[in-house]
Amino acid sequence: MKPMSVVLKQAVIRRRGTQILGPIDMTLGEAGFSIVIGPNGAGKTSLLKVLHGVERLSSGTVTWSVPDEDARQSQAYVFQKPIMLRRSVRQNLAFPLHLLKVPKAEIAERVQDWSGRIGLHAALDRPATRLSGGEQQKLALARALIRNPQVLFLDEPCANLDGRSTREIETLLLASYHAGTRIIMTTHDLGQARRLASDVVFLLNGHVREQASAQAFFAAQQSDEARAFLNGDIIE
Amino acid sequence: MNEIWAGIAAAFRLIVTLDADLVDITLRSLQVSLSALVIASVIALPFGTWLAIRRFRFRRLTIATLNALMGLPPVVVGLIVYLLLSRSGPFGVLGLLFTPTAMIIAQVIIITPLIASITHQAMRELWAEYHDLLISLNTTKGQRIMTLIRDGRRTLLTAALAGFGRAIGEVGAIMIVGGNIDNATRVLTTAIALETGKGDFALALGLGFVLIALALLVNFAIHALSRTEREGRW
Ligand SMILES: Nc1ncnc2c1ncn2[C@@H]1O[C@H](COP(=O)(O)OP(=O)(O)O)[C@@H](O)[C@H]1O
Ligand SMILES: [Mg+2]
Repeated sequence: MKPMSVVLKQAVIRRRGTQILGPIDMTLGEAGFSIVIGPNGAGKTSLLKVLHGVERLSSGTVTWSVPDEDARQSQAYVFQKPIMLRRSVRQNLAFPLHLLKVPKAEIAERVQDWSGRIGLHAALDRPATRLSGGEQQKLALARALIRNPQVLFLDEPCANLDGRSTREIETLLLASYHAGTRIIMTTHDLGQARRLASDVVFLLNGHVREQASAQAFFAAQQSDEARAFLNGDIIE
Repeated sequence: MNEIWAGIAAAFRLIVTLDADLVDITLRSLQVSLSALVIASVIALPFGTWLAIRRFRFRRLTIATLNALMGLPPVVVGLIVYLLLSRSGPFGVLGLLFTPTAMIIAQVIIITPLIASITHQAMRELWAEYHDLLISLNTTKGQRIMTLIRDGRRTLLTAALAGFGRAIGEVGAIMIVGGNIDNATRVLTTAIALETGKGDFALALGLGFVLIALALLVNFAIHALSRTEREGRW
């Protein structure tokens, strides 16, 4: 399938009379590991959901370079709070493949493969809702990657995780990125942004304040707010 | 008092010796109520689920109507079905009045709103939990409903059991549309009413014990189901 880029034009979300996002004009290219940073409430989650198409715009447009249906089918999204189906780990992993009517033998094979990669091989038959937070997040990630998405969205995948789980997830993300997956992720962890980002979007009060390559952004910020944010100051 | 003890003793004898009348009536009761349960479930489970995930203009009104129908007095349902099926009614030509089919129809009308309502509540909770994931995975409407039904199957079974409990213990409607005809439409509840009226406590009590046993069985099953659900075992 063709690589996908996306263009936002005057994108705005309003909720209960207040504008929580936008207007945003932005292009995200076909490749890269984009990281969206910004303080709490900046609109990171809203932006990600708009790009993925699960949150509607109040006005403006979001346009993928391929037809909407193809775009949706080749994207995956890992939610900030992992959503576990009330089923076994195995069935959680198999679920997206069942939806695509992948042959049974292939499903079994891919489930084996991915359960190994996330270290949950021994837990395949345990209820997913009984896993620890880190295990659930890894399972959610594997369930997203098992369909080989072209674009992967992640909303603060390592919030509330310990160092070890965070490193395991970052390793999986980098492997997937190097294998050609387009990644768009939010984080509140600046260290993580430095480790992973190829480019950075800095969001503040619903607006894109800066968008630059990671190298350029971390070397020199254009705005005072971004500089203050990187310094760890409280910004509004 | 003696009469009652004698009745209880006789009732046990009927049960232990598998009295032909008692078995016959019990089986007919099960046949009618299980048929009603299957039909009502086929309607109510998908409908309740659909109601939980679909937003449309008259959703609130539909839910309010459903809850109102749940409180419909069975006797009135019986009366309406009677009028519809009677010789001069719109469906009179089918000749269904005073047949088990008429009783099944009445019970379906009584328990469908109950099952749909319980289903709707349970499914709304599950849908809130799964919503973002199922939308993100680009599921079709059918796939969403199937997923919810599958993962909510315990609550659905609970809803169905509640419906069955209501159906098997119901007397007013089936008395009217079934007519309590011996060997044709006599079931547990109508037989108990009749035998008690005649003063034959042995059969009445025997049938009563069977009915109580069935009701207890249903309630134990509901209890066991909700426990496995809470403990996250499935
Ligand atoms: N459904 C909603 N209704 C009203 N306000 C909302 C809703 N969703 C998000 N918001 C508000 O929009 C802003 C941006 O939210 P969000 O995108 O979650 O930010 P972030 O992920 O950067 O913390 C916040 O101020 C939040 O309170
Ligand atoms: Mg957020």
